[in-house]
Amino acid sequence: MEQHHHILSVLVENKAGVLSRVAGLFTRRGYNIFSLAVSPTEDVRYSRMTVVVDGDSSPIEQVTKQLNKLIPVIEIRELAASDAVERELLIATVKASAEERSHLIDLVSIFDGQVIDVGVASVTVMVAGTPDGLDAVADLLAPYGISELQRTGRVALPRLIRGSRPLKAVKSSDQ
Amino acid sequence: MKLTGAQALIKSLELEGTEVVFGLPGGAILPVYDPLIDSSIRHILVRHEQGAGHMAEGYAHATGRPGVAMVTSGPAATNIVTPLCDAYMDSIPLVVITGQVPYSVIGTDAFQECDTVGITMPVTKHNWLITDPADIPEIVREAFHVATTGRPGPVLIDIPKDVAIESMDWYWPDSVDLPGYKPTNKVSTKLIKDAARLMSTAKKPVIYAGGGILKARAAEALRELAEMTGIPVVTTLMARGAFPDRHDLCLGMPGMHGNYTAITALQEADLLIALGSRFDDRVTGKVDAFAPNAKIIHVDIDPAEIGKVRRPDVPIVGDCRRVIEELVKAVRSDLEKRHWPDLIPWWSEIRTWQRDFPLYYEQEEDGPLKPQFVIEKLRDLSPDDTIVASGVGQHQMWASQHWKFDYPYTWVNSGGLGTMGFSVPAAIGAKVGRPDRTVWSIDGDGCFQMTAQELVTASAEQIPIKVAILNNAYLGMVRQWQEMFYEERYSEVYLSPDLPDYVKWAEAMGCIAFRVDSPEDVAPTIEKANAITDRPVVIDFRTDYREKVFPMVPAGASNSDVLPGPTPNGGK
Repeated sequence: MEQHHHILSVLVENKAGVLSRVAGLFTRRGYNIFSLAVSPTEDVRYSRMTVVVDGDSSPIEQVTKQLNKLIPVIEIRELAASDAVERELLIATVKASAEERSHLIDLVSIFDGQVIDVGVASVTVMVAGTPDGLDAVADLLAPYGISELQRTGRVALPRLIRGSRPLKAVKSSDQ
Repeated sequence: MKLTGAQALIKSLELEGTEVVFGLPGGAILPVYDPLIDSSIRHILVRHEQGAGHMAEGYAHATGRPGVAMVTSGPAATNIVTPLCDAYMDSIPLVVITGQVPYSVIGTDAFQECDTVGITMPVTKHNWLITDPADIPEIVREAFHVATTGRPGPVLIDIPKDVAIESMDWYWPDSVDLPGYKPTNKVSTKLIKDAARLMSTAKKPVIYAGGGILKARAAEALRELAEMTGIPVVTTLMARGAFPDRHDLCLGMPGMHGNYTAITALQEADLLIALGSRFDDRVTGKVDAFAPNAKIIHVDIDPAEIGKVRRPDVPIVGDCRRVIEELVKAVRSDLEKRHWPDLIPWWSEIRTWQRDFPLYYEQEEDGPLKPQFVIEKLRDLSPDDTIVASGVGQHQMWASQHWKFDYPYTWVNSGGLGTMGFSVPAAIGAKVGRPDRTVWSIDGDGCFQMTAQELVTASAEQIPIKVAILNNAYLGMVRQWQEMFYEERYSEVYLSPDLPDYVKWAEAMGCIAFRVDSPEDVAPTIEKANAITDRPVVIDFRTDYREKVFPMVPAGASNSDVLPGPTPNGGK
């Protein structure tokens, strides 16, 4: 399933309503978003959206071309999984009695995670990692009893060594 | 210089060359209507905001310049959504300005508040909510730039009442700064060569010309390309007039109600040269079965159109005129170098179809009036460069089929959205843009009832359009489908020929009006109407409700299964 997902790194103007324009485009063209993360960039004029698109329901070439027609969209890069570094953050509140707590802390530290909140009978942990890694974390936490779990959706940037080229179909007359 | 936001808005419109605004004032837009009194801009006061939008579209269709409409907030803004969507589908440059409740109360469900920017996002190329009067000149410049460049389309500017009242330091920006908007302006030499090479080997080529030809002002270039190569040309519903109907190379309109030859030529072609056309479902019929043996050269200014429906062999993103001009050069040099296939066998096939399956109807001398007969008389008795604006339905198809469009920008219609009620206001807008031309609205009785009140606007503003209502007392196209595909079970399609009384209604709106029942009265009445130049005219033509539009490709069927309809010799 994972191989049908496409990661689009979309640089947009940091203006009111841009998220709505992008989300609306996906809705009206019938494209499915698997995950979406939006954040400011190093330049305050721009934000970066990392959109993971279901490539089966959404022809990726059309998705990028249609996105590119939105005026506030500056640049789109399609990041192949092998050409990108991706990370995602997971936080989860897990049941942990006093005797289970140290097991849980050990487990989380294997994944370089932390305990960020402690209650009487549960703790909240945080782990950053690759989406696959976080799937594993979620599986391993499950037996303890997860009362709440949230993931941010992935953010991604091109790998430095190989880099990534902008989609040829976009911003180019050569198709 | 200090100006109010409202003054800055009007001044910006003037500097963008706006000569006319179609609109209707109301609470939130009040401040902007005040400086309009002192402006050089002509304002045309409509009777319904939808009319303002369609008039602006008609104006843009006829002139190529952006149409401008201005209305207030809330219900006025929602009333103009239909024209925005219509213009979006047909790539018509529009700049629509809407009033908005004061910025300070946005989000409080204030009186006549609605989320205009949110509502119109999917039906505009872009839209803006102005939050600071200092942004007005920049946003107006951006709006006109976006509306008119690349693939044209509608844009909307929403201006809150307090922003219009506050003052700003006037300036006029030299240029626009839109880092995310860079329409293609270079043409790939390699792809032009590839296209010319494909053309040089095709034995059954067809030029499939779309509305992009008109948007790019490429009609002359197209003619040069066609004449140089002898390749037949079909013009889609959006491209009627882009290539002269009376030209020997012209096959007319393809599609669901196109003529047999145009449909079949596309179907049998080995090469389609698609110029500014988008493989719309009404043209292709069943996509998988469309032009099965054809290679495709697809030229479009919008990269997203390339490969959206059919993957081309040669994809060219670019302005149609520039691309065609480059193609002409490439073809010319290729023609000098080698011998192109003889198109005579292809043309003899085409001529056979033209002979066997012409558009056909029969007008009996004392029989019921045929709508096609009315259109042909209108055509023959009006100047060649008459502008025709139609609504949507049977009358639209007959008008497109039976008129001879020999000049670009003479056919104004709602293609993509299929907006009933488009014709009367669009004709008014076209006449405002081209007062020198005769403008006929060819309308259906169903369509006419949707927007007829704009004839009051036409009378008040002395815009002498002419309206031919093909009154068959039915929602005719729906009736046709119910007859053909729903076993003649007629559900909610009857309208009555006499209710309303179209003559009295038109007269009440300040028009001169006639009624025609019989074939012999058609020509004399049209001549009378054409002689009236000081006010609008309406003719209520009572036409045969049984008449159906043919040829027809049933929805979802292959174009190879076109139903040709009646033929002169009763052929297949």
